[in-house]
Amino acid sequence: MRYIEPHAHMVSRVTDDYAAMAMAGCQAVCEPAFWAGFDRGSAEGFRDYFSLLTEHEPKRAANFLLPHFCWLCINPKESEDLKLADEVLAIIPEFIDRPNVLGIGEIGLNKNSRNEIIVLEKHVDLAARFNQLILVHTPHLEDKLKGTRLIIDLLKNESRIEPGRVLIDHVEEHTAPLVLEAGFWAGITLYPQSKCTPPRAIDMVERFGAERLWLNCACDWGKSDPLAVPKTALEMRTRGHSEEKIDFLVYRNPCRFLGQSPVFKLS
Amino acid sequence: MTRDEVLNLYFLDARSKLIDLAAFLDRVEGSAGEDDFRVRSFRAALRHLSESEREKAKAVLLTLSDPTTEPLEKATTKGAAGAWPQFKS
Ligand SMILES: [Zn+2]
Repeated sequence: MRYIEPHAHMVSRVTDDYAAMAMAGCQAVCEPAFWAGFDRGSAEGFRDYFSLLTEHEPKRAANFLLPHFCWLCINPKESEDLKLADEVLAIIPEFIDRPNVLGIGEIGLNKNSRNEIIVLEKHVDLAARFNQLILVHTPHLEDKLKGTRLIIDLLKNESRIEPGRVLIDHVEEHTAPLVLEAGFWAGITLYPQSKCTPPRAIDMVERFGAERLWLNCACDWGKSDPLAVPKTALEMRTRGHSEEKIDFLVYRNPCRFLGQSPVFKLS
Repeated sequence: MTRDEVLNLYFLDARSKLIDLAAFLDRVEGSAGEDDFRVRSFRAALRHLSESEREKAKAVLLTLSDPTTEPLEKATTKGAAGAWPQFKS
């Protein structure tokens, strides 16, 4: 079996996780910029993080013959501070042409605040000016529905953004139809407690169709499983899905979306 | 999948989760204190399970969601509770 892991925070994972993913059939790993579990003290902390995403992690992944790609941004959890956000936004263009940068992400909302929305708008403008793909994080738990609606409205009002070049991640049963009906790609995140379990993810694939969906593990410093995608593929098999359909969902779909960026090339 | 195949694959897992839910409520009700917005939302969400509507997972998620549309003035916390704090009944 082959698959792409389109959303994994490998900075928080041990080397054994790279080995396990490679052995399970992973062909590439993509790492969005995110909240590290603590607030960085300054914009320079983000410069170091962007260096890690573009220099250090690709080397770690290469030890297991895994191509490593990344996304850049200041995440919504650190976007309440507009001054810090502006400083980080000013750094991003220095890194945007690096050979593993797929686009701007994971941007979005966390508590659906006015400042988070301002910073989201600035990221969307940056993506439009530099013709970058966009990866969007939707809020957690009770905040997801409202945040997803606000994000869709904001993106729909930006004429420079093509919905087919935006993936809105962490959808669940109540938000997936909103995202897909608006023309965006949707990501289902497989987590042991929050977000989505493998059976629910497969239910959604069956109900909404696999055309613009991908699965990801979003493994990070919290409760998460770097092998969630291949485990879900196995469960699809037990439910009678064909190898062709599984390959479409876990390999060809991420390749189709990410392939819109010229840097996403697999040898 | 046929009904029988679905049940063969998922019944025991769902049964186990159902008992866990019941035990959770026993634990909550056996503890000192009052129900808060989380328990009130949880009980309201449970009602969807016994109704005949088709999209039960969606109905539960909507019950556990902030239904408002206006942005928050300021984010004073980063976390989420799992239910909307203003939920009444
Ligand atoms: Zn993430």
